Amino acid sequence: MTAASTRKSIFLHLAVVAVLFGLQFVVPDYDKLTITRIMVIAVYAIGYNVLFGYTGLLSLGHAMFFAVGLYAAGLPVYYFGLDLPLAFALGIGASLILSLLIGVIALRTSGVSFMIVTLMFAQAGYLLTFHLTEYTQGDAGLNLPASIRSFGFAGITFDLTKPDVRYNLALCILALAILIVFAVVRSRSGRILVAIRENEERTRMLGYNSFAHKLKAFVIAGGLSGTSGATFAILFAYVGASFASIQNSIEVLLFTLLGGAGTILGPLLGTAAMVYLVDKTSEFTTAHLLIVGLALIVLVAWFPKGILGSVRERWVKWIP
Amino acid sequence: MDPVALLSPADFAFSDAPPPGREASSGVAAAGESAGVPLLGTENLTCRFGGLTAVDNVSFALREGEVRAVIGPNGAGKTTFVSLLCGRIAPTSGTVHFRGKDVTKLPAHRKVQAGIAYTSQITNVFGNLSVRNNVMLAAESRLRNAQGRRLTSAELAAKADRALEAVGLSSRMDEKACELAYGHQRLLEVAMGLALEPALLILDEPTQGLSDPEIADFCTLVRAIAASKTILLIEHNMPVVMQIADRITVLNRGQILAEGTPAEIRGNHDVQVAYLGT
Repeated sequence: MTAASTRKSIFLHLAVVAVLFGLQFVVPDYDKLTITRIMVIAVYAIGYNVLFGYTGLLSLGHAMFFAVGLYAAGLPVYYFGLDLPLAFALGIGASLILSLLIGVIALRTSGVSFMIVTLMFAQAGYLLTFHLTEYTQGDAGLNLPASIRSFGFAGITFDLTKPDVRYNLALCILALAILIVFAVVRSRSGRILVAIRENEERTRMLGYNSFAHKLKAFVIAGGLSGTSGATFAILFAYVGASFASIQNSIEVLLFTLLGGAGTILGPLLGTAAMVYLVDKTSEFTTAHLLIVGLALIVLVAWFPKGILGSVRERWVKWIP
Repeated sequence: MDPVALLSPADFAFSDAPPPGREASSGVAAAGESAGVPLLGTENLTCRFGGLTAVDNVSFALREGEVRAVIGPNGAGKTTFVSLLCGRIAPTSGTVHFRGKDVTKLPAHRKVQAGIAYTSQITNVFGNLSVRNNVMLAAESRLRNAQGRRLTSAELAAKADRALEAVGLSSRMDEKACELAYGHQRLLEVAMGLALEPALLILDEPTQGLSDPEIADFCTLVRAIAASKTILLIEHNMPVVMQIADRITVLNRGQILAEGTPAEIRGNHDVQVAYLGT
């Protein structure tokens, strides 16, 4: 990629973060909450996209990494009143370790077997949340008490009951996720991941350790998903089993496909589009999933590369 | 442009490899083989697939700097044999040595890192990447600069351009690899092999599907590459083999049937029987 297109793409990503920062001053409170939610979930999709979009590995069990981040952050807060920054770090750490362990096993398979193995692990995780209902309250979940909704960090007190604080924390974490993925995609590793996606056998025969690179992508994706889960638990003070369900694994795939797999900002765009679509349609019909389904059919038929993928293919070729 | 001029040994030679001394006469090669450790050797290499023994107790030695052709009737085990050498398949028993080290158990990517490059029988390039990016990806794999660091993208591009120039694809470097004609994709494969700067380049049926003029150019190219590299070639096209190989190994039913100079192989009765039947 040329220096000019590098400058343009850095500018584009900074502009997106700036626009998101500016939005909080113009949108009503309800939308502020929705955008906060979108930004947190987008981190999940952006991480998933490293594995799916860039490396070409379709995992159907990524909810387990989101959920482990969610529970590893939320449960210690609920039961032991753990400091929120510490709980956040615990959530990320747990997801990194779990994705390393699962990755080592799941990446021995490929294609459909990989989908099934990841799905099975995630189902085992989902059922585990019910097995431990005594502690997790299963589907009903746990609401973190209001008394531990604030924390001090670097001399500042963050009150998480305030929408502005939540919005800007979510934005910071999203910006960091974008930065990490931008750096990975533009690095030597990123090029190798794309090569693996295009032709793994040939990549191996060029002297690259494809297993190690796939594991790296798996752990980055798992870690970012866990970060998203931990952020969700802390910002919205809720942990529940539905986040470990297969629906949460499929949704992140849909967000990524809709926005454009293999583009950095695609998953953010896809998450925003889908969350708003569900929100707006459910205002006037209970059959909102029907409309979502139709939207997906249109997407697959006419824009198989997703919103940003199509934009890149047809008009703006330098988008990373 | 003359490919020989482009491929000076300095371009593609290894810093850790002594410049190979190629004998002008291929007949001398046999005498030199016993003198030192071969670049690549196998001892009793065997590979079985269920009841089928594809490679059967093959002991083989390849001297640095030679062009060796492996020929044999269909199903003789040629591709399986080189797949064992480059690590795509693990042998059932036996060993493979490369530069004096036992590399039998190394996975394919480590063998490439050690200096064994393989270009496959089926064209297998990265279709969605540009021609130049294909070659840069190869160059990025194992090349280091004089300080032992990875190359910068400018250095990689320069390496890729030189490999593409050597195979005559310079004018197409910005095209998508999948848009190249078949013959050009084969040349791109060779360029990727060259960009790895290997000590041993294994070419699996490189002229398959090429037109006659393309084959003639290809022979010139292989001779040019051979000035600085050891080449192991699987080939069906006998005129090509006779023209470019220093020595020929004939495989039949997984075993070495004969080995010798092109003239010796041409006159070998067993080989004629294997190819033509009795």
